[in-house]
Amino acid sequence: MKKIFGKPEALRERSTHYCPGCGHGTAHRLIAEVIDELGIREKVIGVAPVGCAVIAYDYWGFDCSEAAHGRALAVATGIKRMRPENIVFTYQGDGDLAAIGTNETIHAANRGENLTVIFINNAIYGMTGGQMAPTTLKGQKSATTPAGRKIELHGYPLKISEMLALLPGVKYIERTSFDSVPNIIKTRAAIKKAFQNQIDGIGFSLVEILSPCPTYWGLTPEESLRWIKENMAREFPPGRIK
Amino acid sequence: MKKDKILMSGNEAIAEGAIQAGCVFYAGYPITPQNEIIAYFARRMPDMNRVFIQAESELAAINMVFGASATGARAMTSSSSPGISLKQEGISYIAGAELPSVIVNIQRAGPGLGNIWPAQSDYFQATRGGGNGNYRVIVLAPASVQECYDLMFDAFNLADKYRNPVMVLGDGLLGQMMEPLEVNSQKSKAKVYDKPWALTGCKGREPNITKSFYMVEGDLEESNLRQQEKYKTIQEKEPLWEELFTDDARIILVAYGSMSRIARGAMNKLRRQGKKIGLIRPITLWPFPAQAFSRSAASKTKYLVIEMSYGQMLEDVLLTVNGNSPVEFYGRSGGGVPTEEQIIAKIGQL
Repeated sequence: MKKIFGKPEALRERSTHYCPGCGHGTAHRLIAEVIDELGIREKVIGVAPVGCAVIAYDYWGFDCSEAAHGRALAVATGIKRMRPENIVFTYQGDGDLAAIGTNETIHAANRGENLTVIFINNAIYGMTGGQMAPTTLKGQKSATTPAGRKIELHGYPLKISEMLALLPGVKYIERTSFDSVPNIIKTRAAIKKAFQNQIDGIGFSLVEILSPCPTYWGLTPEESLRWIKENMAREFPPGRIK
Repeated sequence: MKKDKILMSGNEAIAEGAIQAGCVFYAGYPITPQNEIIAYFARRMPDMNRVFIQAESELAAINMVFGASATGARAMTSSSSPGISLKQEGISYIAGAELPSVIVNIQRAGPGLGNIWPAQSDYFQATRGGGNGNYRVIVLAPASVQECYDLMFDAFNLADKYRNPVMVLGDGLLGQMMEPLEVNSQKSKAKVYDKPWALTGCKGREPNITKSFYMVEGDLEESNLRQQEKYKTIQEKEPLWEELFTDDARIILVAYGSMSRIARGAMNKLRRQGKKIGLIRPITLWPFPAQAFSRSAASKTKYLVIEMSYGQMLEDVLLTVNGNSPVEFYGRSGGGVPTEEQIIAKIGQL
């Protein structure tokens, strides 16, 4: 009998700590599938973030490092410069990549480091209990914007992918969404391209994924997918950015 | 046989020592008075096919060093006081993840932006750990350009041996001054350590993980305790110090780094006048060389601690002597440097 579906080798036999309906499990799996498909598991070095995915390395079956909050791309730079023959990627949330780590993100991109970045945008801080993220939408309620995000007080949702696209060092940016199965399949293809680019020596490649956080959006998993489509995707339109 | 010597600044000697000790990765950010270090690496590393990165900040630099060290490479960064404050986050993570990184602090005066004059006011930060958590950093304090060079070998060897951050603590005076340097001194020897924990890709083995994070109850305590055992071993085996005329001394000066050079000058002047003055110069500030003080505990020796601070190493001397001998202090800071005359005047008052 032909086996047509199974657990990727790059994923460990372990159940995750993520909430029902969370996007991290899907993202972890897609990365693992792509790594298997490209046959690079033994060459990959992942850099896990601070945030809900802090123990991503417990779920993946390849070498990994932690990084302090926001510093993943500095750590990844150190790893990749010492080991250009390895495939190095970071996995970062919106707070990590676009608030506390903005400087590290912009400068690693501007140096054109040959790295792959998987950026999970769920418009909220999950690990710490649902506070405002740089990507929180206008009017969106959070623990630190109880009356909703007000532009005059909190500024605008930060479109860091569009900002990064301005840099000549950046070679590929695509924004995808987990709001439907076809879009999950598109995300997989984007992740694969971002890894393939590194293998081919093309340079800095980033995939931003609009990902659900039902717990801190106060929605059911199903409503969350609709919320991505009707609200997030309007502010952060999916598609090839660069 | 007469050895060839070259004239170099302390900062350049640190960089050259690191390169000879096998440092293959440097990341740093400009700050006075250590800029000769970053410029030296920028000149030398690319030709040797090694990595030099001018980082966007001290935070980025120390985290790049974290990454490079995680691959098993000999990696370092350098900075000066306010920049070292920024690096404390990374140093704490490096200690927690037990990575062998080297950090150089060419101290300037503080607090805050302070000024670019030499000072020793970061002793507490260096020896107590300026970042969060229960951790220790091995701290080496060179007192000459030759020692700037030689101690870089010890720094990288100790970092690898114990998988622990090592700080080399100098000051603007030491970094900027030039002295003849013997670059192939017998003392300097880079050792090679196995690093089965390094991130190299998991071919033929289980995946390696570099981390300081332990979420499950009891795991972090276990990791802390294992590190405490390591620190105990370091305290037993690694203290380094120099002592001069401590056998007959009635007053023993205690000073480290460039301050010890001035204290030594004062001692030599007074000994020529027949005064029984000695000197203890800690070379490792952590582990503090308590052994150097044990012999005089029973005698009538007085200690005079001299620092370019208002009494930071003083606390380690007080803890070590534990009330068995009188301990006096003289210090200036904020860019003020105690002179031989001021030290001699202070000794005259004892």
